[in-house]
Order: sequence, then structure tokens, then C-alpha cells
Amino acid sequence: MNERLPLAIIKYNAGNIQSVMFALERLGVNAVVTDNISQIQQANKVIFPGVGEASSAMQYLRERGLDQVIRELHQPVLGICLGMQLLCSHSEENDTSCLDIVPVQVRKFISESGEGRTKAPLKVPQVGWNNIYSLRTKLFDSVLEDSFIYNVHSYYAESSKYSIASCEYGVEYAAAVRKDNFYGVQFHAEKSAGVGAQILKNFIEL
Amino acid sequence: MLCKRIIPCLDIKDGRTVKGTNFVDLRDAGDPVELGAMYARQGADELVFLDITATVEKRKTLVELVRRIARELDIPFTVGGGISNISDVHALLDNGADKISINTAAFRDPGLLRSMAKEFGSQCIVLAIDIKQEDDREWYVYLNGGRTKTEMKAMDWARRGCDEGAGEILLTSMNHDGTRQGFALGILKEMVDELSIPVIASGGGGELVHFKDVFQKAAVDAALAASIFHFNEISIPVLKVYLTENNIPVRK
Repeated sequence: MNERLPLAIIKYNAGNIQSVMFALERLGVNAVVTDNISQIQQANKVIFPGVGEASSAMQYLRERGLDQVIRELHQPVLGICLGMQLLCSHSEENDTSCLDIVPVQVRKFISESGEGRTKAPLKVPQVGWNNIYSLRTKLFDSVLEDSFIYNVHSYYAESSKYSIASCEYGVEYAAAVRKDNFYGVQFHAEKSAGVGAQILKNFIEL
Repeated sequence: MLCKRIIPCLDIKDGRTVKGTNFVDLRDAGDPVELGAMYARQGADELVFLDITATVEKRKTLVELVRRIARELDIPFTVGGGISNISDVHALLDNGADKISINTAAFRDPGLLRSMAKEFGSQCIVLAIDIKQEDDREWYVYLNGGRTKTEMKAMDWARRGCDEGAGEILLTSMNHDGTRQGFALGILKEMVDELSIPVIASGGGGELVHFKDVFQKAAVDAALAASIFHFNEISIPVLKVYLTENNIPVRK
């Protein structure tokens, strides 16, 4: 029973794991949801999902030593939504130090219309479908520029040289990031219809 | 650019869709999973499943249904109807629902919204509000599926709900619901201007132009309808082409 898991989904105190499982199931992939350290280390691919709040998620990971485990993974890792934000350096959500794998700051959308701005104030969180552009890397193979993906979030990773997809909501931000073997998508690939399925498939085939 | 959302609503009773449909290409139009998947293929942006099952006993089947829907559907969906406590919400979200909508129970105990938002995040808590404009021209909140009038003004409750942690407002005008004469543009616009969270318009959509108006004049974030979609009087692809031609951003 030393066979490597094709795909491990990291189990922790942030939801939406079931939706990710079902999305992978639709692609014919058997994933295992686990917080077992050796199972995670030995999987071919790791998905780090998440809906929830940054500081309590980080605390949970630290208490179980999962923070260090994630930092030291060598296989392709995909953070989704909060999972992506936790891969970054720091989040404005409750002033949280994150995993600091991708050196990018996570900021809150500003809902107030600032001075001199004529645009209507932003609704926060951003809820709904938005278009992504400047797509790079194999993660977006066969995905067209300006494809639509589903978002639910109040915080965003700043644009940087690690951006591999961009999106605009009041500001231009990183819809996806990559550093080495670590990938992250802000949107819910598991709920983004055919486009999301293609992105998950691309990750599986990396 | 963030798109405006089109949301078909499916009423569920004892695990089956209630209102008839005239989709000839479905094997079983009474199966919420099959109907939902068809809407997803047509380009619906989200779905709402509203459970109107009367007995607590039969409501248990809802969780199983939610699991089947989540397994099949690759777009977000909300489940509502009779949700009254945290453990209901746990069961639905754990089985793959993206959001839940809560109505009467939140009104009876607004603290419930706060505790749900804390536990699950505001993003998955939709506050559904049924309202009716009375002879005094004021909009009042109704409960229990529109059967019980309250003295609460619509805007006061919406503002409170927003403060307590609701992530979206689903506003249904009982004056407009079922009329197919258009949405309640006035009160919807007031809500959109007043609240910092997305507003979903419900009740009155009957023609293409009604959807254009509710997005352009009331600036809502999403529009929900039921029978016009079920009876294919307006098809979602046609609606989306029409909205695009009118410079309203929708997902293609």
C-alpha cells in the first residue's frame, strides 16, 4: 500500500471541500481529502482549497504543523480562493501572516467611493462572474482570454510578476499566481462551469 | 467586468420540482437535478432551489437532493426554504450547497444571521425578504411565504440584515410576483443605493425588456425568475444575447 495518491486535498477548517471533490469526480479523478502529513507529502498533486477566514485558518494549519508541510511540498500545489491567499505573504484580513510562499500582499477591496471617483461604490464581497485576461502558463492551456470565472471574495492578491491571470474589480488584481510548483487561483474553478473544469484538468495534467 | 447574473429558481416539494415545465427534451422535468443541469448548460449563472416541503420528516430528503445537485452542477447554487438553525446550514453546505437563503427564521431571530455569518462567512448567507406595498405606499415585510404581515418596513429590515451579516439580499415584491409586468424598480433601486451588499431582484419578470430595466434602472446585481424560464417563454441564451446588445455585461 505504498502507492502514491494521485491527488490529495488538504483537509482543514475551511469549507467548500465537497464542491472541489465533486468537480474532480466529474473529471474522473479520485482525490483523497486528508490532513495526514505523509499522505499529503506523497501525493502527486495537492489541492489547497478554502472558504473562510485567514487568521483562524492559519492558526489551524500552524497548530498541526501543516504550514511547514505545505511550504516544503515539491509537487504541483493548487490553492483555491482562501487557499491561494494563504500561499501569499500577508493578508489584511485580521492582519494575518500567511505561508509566505508567493511574496505578494493580500488586500481588502475598498467599498467606499474615494474622493474624485465618479464610479459607484464597490459591493464587497465581489460575488459573481468576471473575465480573466493576460493568461499565462500551462494552467490556462485551452482557456481563452476573457473567459468568465466565478468569484466570491472580499480580499485579493495584488498584481505582481507572479500573476499568471488578471482580473478587474475596482482595481486590477491577480486572479491567479504562480511561483515554482505553487499555483493559486482566486476564483472558484470548481464552480466555474466548463472554463473551471478545463483549468482543473490542466492542473491535473501538469 | 463583473457580470449581471441570471438566476432561475426551482421550487422543490418532496424532492421534486413543483411547477410544471414544457421542456420536451427532458426525460424527467420533475427531477431538480436534471432541470438544474439543463439550466446550467443554457448559461444560467446560478440556481436557487427553494424547498417548500411541508413536513419536517420529508425535509430530510433535501440534504440528499443537495448532494445529487452538487455532484452534477458546475455552477453555484443556493438552497432555501424552512432553514431555521445552524445545523440545517451545516448539513446543506457540507453536502455541496454554495449558499443558503434564510427568511422567516432570520426575522424572528436576527442574531441567527450573525451567528451564521460568523460560522460560515457572509458570502454564503442570502437574506430572502418578501415585501408588499400597502395602501400607505410603504413597503412592509411579510413572513411565512407571504402569509404573515409584519409592521417592519422593508428598508429597515434589509439594513438590519446587512448589519447582522447577510451577504446578499433576495428581494421579492409580492405586488409584482406572478404578474409578468416587470420588477419593482423603485424599491429595488432604493435597496441597491442604500446597501453595500449585492441585491437580487425577484418577482415580475415577464419580458426581455423587464430584465434590461431592472439592471439599467434599478442597477441590481442579479435577477431571478421561475415560470418564464420553466415554460421557456424566455430562454436564457436569448435573454443573454438581448442584454449584451443593450450593453449590460453578462457571462457568455
